[in-house]
Amino acid sequence: MNIVVCAKQIPDPAEPGELDPETKTLKRDGKLILDESDMYGVEMALQLADNAGGGEVTLVSMAPDNKVDGIRTGLAMGAAKAVLVSDPALAGTDALGTAKVLAAAVGKVEGADLVLTATESSDGYTGTVPEQLAELLGLPSVTFAKHIEIADGKVKVQRQTDAGYDEVECPLPCVVSVTAGVVEPRYPSFKGIMAAKSKPLDQLALADTGLEADQVGWAGGGQEIVGVEDAPEREAGEIIEDDGTGAEKIVAYLENLKLV
Amino acid sequence: MRAQPQRTISGVDLELNEEQLALAKVVREFAAQEVAPHAERWDAEHTFPTDVVLAMGELGLFGIPFPEEVGGGGADLTTLCVAIEELAKVDQSVAITLEAGVGLGANPIYCFGSEDQRAEWLPDLVAGRALAGFGLTEPDAGSDAGATRTKAILDDDTNEWVIDGEKAFITNSGTPITSLVTVTAVTDRTDGRPEISTIVVPAGTAGFEVQPPYRKMGWHASDTHGLSFDGCRVPAANLLGARGRGFANFLAILDDGRVAIAALAVGVIEGCLAECQRYATERVAFGRAIGANQAIAFKVADMAVMADAARALTYRAAALRDAGKPFKREAAVAKLYATEAAVTVTREATQVFGGYGFIDETPVSRHYRDAKILEIGEGTSEVQRLVISRELGLPVR
Repeated sequence: MNIVVCAKQIPDPAEPGELDPETKTLKRDGKLILDESDMYGVEMALQLADNAGGGEVTLVSMAPDNKVDGIRTGLAMGAAKAVLVSDPALAGTDALGTAKVLAAAVGKVEGADLVLTATESSDGYTGTVPEQLAELLGLPSVTFAKHIEIADGKVKVQRQTDAGYDEVECPLPCVVSVTAGVVEPRYPSFKGIMAAKSKPLDQLALADTGLEADQVGWAGGGQEIVGVEDAPEREAGEIIEDDGTGAEKIVAYLENLKLV
Repeated sequence: MRAQPQRTISGVDLELNEEQLALAKVVREFAAQEVAPHAERWDAEHTFPTDVVLAMGELGLFGIPFPEEVGGGGADLTTLCVAIEELAKVDQSVAITLEAGVGLGANPIYCFGSEDQRAEWLPDLVAGRALAGFGLTEPDAGSDAGATRTKAILDDDTNEWVIDGEKAFITNSGTPITSLVTVTAVTDRTDGRPEISTIVVPAGTAGFEVQPPYRKMGWHASDTHGLSFDGCRVPAANLLGARGRGFANFLAILDDGRVAIAALAVGVIEGCLAECQRYATERVAFGRAIGANQAIAFKVADMAVMADAARALTYRAAALRDAGKPFKREAAVAKLYATEAAVTVTREATQVFGGYGFIDETPVSRHYRDAKILEIGEGTSEVQRLVISRELGLPVR
């Protein structure tokens, strides 16, 4: 079972982020870490490969300046190798452009049975790349997986819904997006950290992907960020004094919001 | 007069490498997720967290400084210090379990064990599936190892050592995963001078009894016992290293342990500094954050100075060790300064927290109780001053 996991490297959310006033996009010139959203996909892939009794997990990523710190975390967790696409022409690439680059990178991985992604990244949050990627690869797509099983050339997915989950079966190969929090990502061991630096890391430029500069970056962007505003301040909450009817009032409040 | 001791750090690089930084991040996350939420309860209930220690083993922490051929991580003392420091920021007990597990547990077997002894004991110790204790200290003999009373007599008929005596304050000696203790014992006397040797005693050997845990001032989640040996028999082949080299062997591994304890103290200082930075910013008294008062702000500033100084001394000693250069004096300097600074910082952190600093649920309160032993274990501050003054070439008598 060979599994490809799309792994995004993002600015550390623990550090204060900054927007470029010119482009209105997040500055990415500092150190990048593996997006926590993608750790669930990496963990899921490692477990699936283990359960299948063999196979490789390959990471695929696009990042500026050949940054590899986040990729190394995934390799330290146990992925076998990685493909990284870096090119100055990729600055400003939107979600669809990203999907094109990732699709080209996935195409470089031989014998991939399954492609896993997060449902969305923690920095961009468009939540559209998994489906775009599936379309570009010509593969079926299953989204919001909370559990994945593989048997008889098919993937059986518990697909999370508002009410519970759907059971979906889909032939391999396919693209599955993994919901955050559904597995517990392992800590990379020290041996894993040491091994990660010698694992194959294939660094590609845009030209290696077969894409042209005008298909990606600012030039290829089908979207434009016209303005950025601060999120509205949270409104003050409602304080219920408990005079013996506090619980009822809270239930009524939640019912009003259709939460219970 | 002895040669002038080394005063510079030229030739040693104190920058952490990429793998050490990655390890620091992983251990920091592990400590935040798996240790910090439980540390107060373990402290209150005197619980040795076996599962977390085993998880530290799976992370590879107990194997860090040992070569890959024996199942280790192939790294060095600096890297081990990084892991100990990160754990100590949130809990000293798990940090000392690692420090002693590596330095006093696995290291003597690695350094002095025969091929058979290494093959039998090392794999589990290096993988953190088992722990070992080092039984040197006795009720009446600490750093004064020449006063050792525990004796081992070779029974020629059965080819066994017969051990009798008592050991005191032995870390990791009675955990559910303790596989052995290494004990020093008098194996002969020449002109009244004891010949001290080191012998491996597997856990559960008849005549070897682990006493109930001590009631300690701190380090409640660390495992410490007295040990008693009453006609305890182990095979002659359990002699570790050469006969009569027990004390010399112990001295050889002592300097590593001092640097590792200094790293633990650095973690304590860093942990308390971070707690105080947060609290001094959040806590309001007389209409402003308490950190706006210089009485508080200067305490916190002093903590930052001590953190930097302790860190520089500790990683200098570790870097010298890893570069294969002499580091005895530097190890003693680091241990002395970092541990005394840790006691000062935990006391001042408790003061910054005021009444809350005296309440068990505040981490600085636990750090305050825990820190005192740092000035005592693995050579007291007085012993470190003795080492330093001798390294300075001062008269011995």
